[in-house]
Amino acid sequence: MLLTIATTHRPATDLGYLLHKNPARCHEKSLPFGRAVMCFPEAEEDRCRFALAVDVDAIGLVRKPGRAPGLHDHYVNDRPYAASSFLSVAIARSLNTAFAGRSKHRPDLAQTALPLEATVVPLAARGSEGLAQRLFEPLGYRVTVTNHPLDAALPDWGESPYITLHLEGMLRLQELLTHLYVLIPVLDNAKHYYVASDEVETLIAKGEGWLEAHPERDFIVKRSLKRRESLVREALARLSETDAETEAEEPQAQDAREQDLEKPMRLNDQRMARVAEVLTAAGAKRVIDLGCGQGRLLRELMQNRQFEEIVGVDTSVVALERAEQRLKLDRLPQRQAARLKLLHGALTYRDRRLEGYDAVALVEVIEHVDLDRHNALERVVFGSMAPGLVVVTTPNREYNALFEGMAPGALRHGDHRFEWTRQEFKDWAEGVAGRFGYGVRFDGIGETHSELGAPTQLAVFERSAP
Amino acid sequence: MTRIALPDFCLVVLIGPSGAGKSTFARQHFLETEVISSDACRGMVADDENDQTATGPAFDLVHFIAEKRLQSRRLTVIDATNVRGEDRAEYVRIARRQHALPVAIVLNPGEDVCHARNAERPDRQFGPHVVRNHIRALKRGIRKLPKEGFRQVHEFRSVEDMAAAVVTRQPLWTDKRGEAGPFDIIGDVHGCCDELEALLARLGYTVRFEGEGDERRCTVTPPEGRRAVFVGDLVDRGPRSPDVLRLVMSMMAAGDGFCVMGNHENKFLRWLNGRNVKLTHGLAETVAQMEAETEGFRETVRRFLDGLLSHHWLDDGRLVVAHAGLRQDMIGRASGAVRSFCMYGETTGETDDFGLPVRYNWAADYRGDAMVVYGHTPVPEAEWLNGTICIDTGCVFGGKLTALRYPERELVSVPAAQTYFAPVKPLGGPEDQRSAQAIDDDMLDLDDVRGKRIIQTGLQRSVTVNEAQAAAALEAMTRFAINPKWLVYLPPTMSPSETSEEGGMLEHPAEAFAYFRKQGVATVVCQEKHMGSRAVIALCRSPEAAQARFGTEGNETGVIYSRTGRDFFFDRDKTEAVLARLRTAASSAGLWAKLKTDWLLLDAEIMPWSAKAQSLLRQQYAPVGAAARLSLAAQETVFRTAVSRGVDLDGFERTVSQRAERAADYAAAYRRYCWPVESLDDYRIAPFHLLASEGAVHMDKDHRWHMDQLERLTANGDPLLMATAHRFVDLGDTAAEAEATAWWTALTGAGGEGMVVKPLDFVTRGPRGLVQPAVKCRGKEYLRIIYGPDYDAPENIARLRKRGLGRKRSLALREFALGMEALERFVARAPLRRVHECVFAVLALESEPVDPRL
Repeated sequence: MLLTIATTHRPATDLGYLLHKNPARCHEKSLPFGRAVMCFPEAEEDRCRFALAVDVDAIGLVRKPGRAPGLHDHYVNDRPYAASSFLSVAIARSLNTAFAGRSKHRPDLAQTALPLEATVVPLAARGSEGLAQRLFEPLGYRVTVTNHPLDAALPDWGESPYITLHLEGMLRLQELLTHLYVLIPVLDNAKHYYVASDEVETLIAKGEGWLEAHPERDFIVKRSLKRRESLVREALARLSETDAETEAEEPQAQDAREQDLEKPMRLNDQRMARVAEVLTAAGAKRVIDLGCGQGRLLRELMQNRQFEEIVGVDTSVVALERAEQRLKLDRLPQRQAARLKLLHGALTYRDRRLEGYDAVALVEVIEHVDLDRHNALERVVFGSMAPGLVVVTTPNREYNALFEGMAPGALRHGDHRFEWTRQEFKDWAEGVAGRFGYGVRFDGIGETHSELGAPTQLAVFERSAP
Repeated sequence: MTRIALPDFCLVVLIGPSGAGKSTFARQHFLETEVISSDACRGMVADDENDQTATGPAFDLVHFIAEKRLQSRRLTVIDATNVRGEDRAEYVRIARRQHALPVAIVLNPGEDVCHARNAERPDRQFGPHVVRNHIRALKRGIRKLPKEGFRQVHEFRSVEDMAAAVVTRQPLWTDKRGEAGPFDIIGDVHGCCDELEALLARLGYTVRFEGEGDERRCTVTPPEGRRAVFVGDLVDRGPRSPDVLRLVMSMMAAGDGFCVMGNHENKFLRWLNGRNVKLTHGLAETVAQMEAETEGFRETVRRFLDGLLSHHWLDDGRLVVAHAGLRQDMIGRASGAVRSFCMYGETTGETDDFGLPVRYNWAADYRGDAMVVYGHTPVPEAEWLNGTICIDTGCVFGGKLTALRYPERELVSVPAAQTYFAPVKPLGGPEDQRSAQAIDDDMLDLDDVRGKRIIQTGLQRSVTVNEAQAAAALEAMTRFAINPKWLVYLPPTMSPSETSEEGGMLEHPAEAFAYFRKQGVATVVCQEKHMGSRAVIALCRSPEAAQARFGTEGNETGVIYSRTGRDFFFDRDKTEAVLARLRTAASSAGLWAKLKTDWLLLDAEIMPWSAKAQSLLRQQYAPVGAAARLSLAAQETVFRTAVSRGVDLDGFERTVSQRAERAADYAAAYRRYCWPVESLDDYRIAPFHLLASEGAVHMDKDHRWHMDQLERLTANGDPLLMATAHRFVDLGDTAAEAEATAWWTALTGAGGEGMVVKPLDFVTRGPRGLVQPAVKCRGKEYLRIIYGPDYDAPENIARLRKRGLGRKRSLALREFALGMEALERFVARAPLRRVHECVFAVLALESEPVDPRL
């Protein structure tokens, strides 16, 4: 990674004083992750340019004990090359006087707005188009962004995520350095160190005077304070080959997409409310939410004292951890907490812990199970758990035509293995009901379209008296 | 001298007042660990063996230990006063729950002896009333002991008696583990003596009936060494029940046969004993036939039936024969419940449309190691389910009479000559045409994979999977893997060779050869390591063949999956198209006929890498190349400008130029493994193991055999298929080693990934146990995309050489053992859960943190 800073202030070579670096020499600064090499490729009266190259010791980073998990141990990565929080640290450590707004020989100049140019290359601008402009233009820069191909030899692979960022503006050197210090990691969207609570203090200190009023303030804060990944995720990531197209997006991102589609209707809220209503009306006391995810339905059920025992089951350990946090399980009074149990399990394995309950809810779950595993799922739920009541919801595929921006034939969620029309759902449900001795009735959730039906379909199975 | 013969599995309850000498008696006749003393438990919970306030918790502990010991089928002795009925009731309950016989041993040497003994002990200074009360309670209860449920009661009334006691142990009657096979186990005969004679003849027995009336005799001569075992229900419904009894009794008398009690024998016995029983379910026929027999014969039969046992536990515990089957927690145990289960099985309490009780399918839950052979429920065909088999094929209802040859597991039947008795419910006609095992396998049980597990494998003694690994695997398995029915194998991870010290290299064939030489391997095979994606291919000749062997329901003729069990193509049509071409190749290679199979399991590499790893390439490898190129080019430019101004950069500009070159090499390295895929012809499939086919796991063949078969498979000219280039090298033959090294140098020089070196034998043991089944030597340029563009810079490679292979190698061996075990079980047609637990374990072990660059 490389940062260059140039000025046309006269004498331009004052830049050397401001940076506390002699333009005639090469400067080196040792850093925890490598070193910074600095020099002045230009040092004329009318133009002076300073360059800071960060030389990251990739091997050393990986082999360092106690390194941050997940970031550097993944085969090869772009961290030695792409401008990132490493560059921020390099700025703070090797340009510390300028970064603090001081200058021994030109104290006034340090407090003066100068014509400055900065170039950062390469910078991973992850996120939407024009992000660099949105971040820097409000601070008074003219922003030029140059894109680069991913691999010039394989033109059909398209553009790389990296840009050359060029900024021009009239401002104090300290301001420029501070902006870069904060915003480079925001653009890059990754940090090489743990984000701890003192990071909040740093952000507030560095953002003083410009971040408060920045139109992208919330975005900048969110990205700056990324949550650290749990160790569980790391183990899972190792298991999941990240090569299949479907996993390119993280599940949360996929969930987000589905929620975006359905958002205007608050469909998820309606679904949960409706399922809770069905369970309540049936008089169920001991209920299971199969595929409970982060516990949205569980929360709903906890509020109703009719439910004496509520069990959430999910195959994702991460989802269960989130559910535990969201439900504040460790802070609930003992009697409340005793009503709720979270279990790691799977829909396609018989689970004797789940037998003998009154009701089971499968809210937006069956479409995540491959069709050739449905016989297992059916036997587990209707044959072995065999509760009096089973509530199933699933998307109504016909309704997808009404979602804006949804390609024909597309599914609402990247992990959906299928989506059913009302007829398909009905055929399936009636088949199951017949095979396992249940009666079934159908309904829709959400606003019903006269021809295409409701966005979500619901089936309520009740076990026939033996 | 009093002899007590105890069953070797029972719950002994010592009964006696304080000071009676119970602990001394227990010490003399039982192992220390067999005895649970209430005083000791008091000590454990309260630090004081006499603390009466700790009685409640102490007895909880006594009961708990007793239950756990009995659960593991260990004789257990309770050393407490136990003088009151209510104290003893809990032991009887525990014994019944664990199907152990409760035995009472009463020790009452008299009040004076007890007093005298207590007086000698400083911790027993309680008043004489205590012992007096004990004895009073004891005397009140002693007669009721049999009624309380004690199956044996022994009493000692003097110190002398107690001293002279001899305690022996004998196996339970049902415990015939000392009786070894081979056996011919014969299903429900129900008086069909003609068919029985025909069946025995087919099994090689000679049967001769002679005489009439009291003189009628039957003699059976078995084939050398074989014996018959009857699963019960010899009588009722059929035409010749007395002859069947004659035949079986004569075999048993000659020591050539065994028979367990069927429910029909039980009812018939009650009739013989003069009890009031309804002459239903075919008993009327037997009764009528017996009317013609003499009183003497009836008495012989009565005594015979009275001696029949609930079940036989045979052949070192490997075989169980019971009339209606037996749960694993009841095998080799004795209780009313066991006897009843053996005769009637378990019912759900419901009745079906024909008014018959609905039977609970205990075999679906069976997890025992012993094979259970049973009858009782007529089925159209004898079918294996979880290591159990019902061989009642409804002969008397016009079906057939079936025998199971053990240990051959071979079924032999003769058809019924006629329908002797109309069944209440028509025989058979199952809705699902698939095997009972296939249907049962539709649903796996979480208990078979969850939590910490220890799996016994044939290659390594056992492999442990911890709970967290299993949890990680559960998610991967359920969210991403293909149907477990297809997932009968996962390949092991592979370790690289030891690290090379040769200039600029991390890996080199020399180390691989040295490793195998050290392990005493004479010959190795070097196979080109293609850079694509590992795939396992299950290939069947037809959808029917797939359904029959894999128990699947759809029309698919196989699967292609990745090393973590995911569908390779995510496209059913494409998969089928590939399978169709492989099928053609297998046909022209004559593999179906040669291996007498209609399915094959192949280990292969599928190229290009970019086909499967497109997103990995575009999101991980290519961006690194782009970032490196951009970063270093920009640095080169500014440094060159600075140097031209006369700034001394201390050679840093040259370092940057070198790094820029390496970055270019890096991009060139991954690009070699990428090419666009527009049609199937753009793929390359290079198989390198023929893992299994019908009846065989080919780990007993060496790699010459594997390479030969696969060469034939790839020889039909289909561009999709590609042979794996290889050579065999005799270790120690310097020229051969040099030639293979030169080959490797040429391969990797041309951009190849490298080669895999394997001992010639698929499974090889060295001085320290199992030898790595394969070791990889990757090329210098290939490693650039693994370790990063600058990995071979001198300062980097020196550090990279410090890499430990121990974990990776241990993991590779454990996964190899599990994978082979999975195949062995699959080929032996074990229940899916037994295969799945191994495959699941491989996936679980993959979550172990091991340096991913290795």
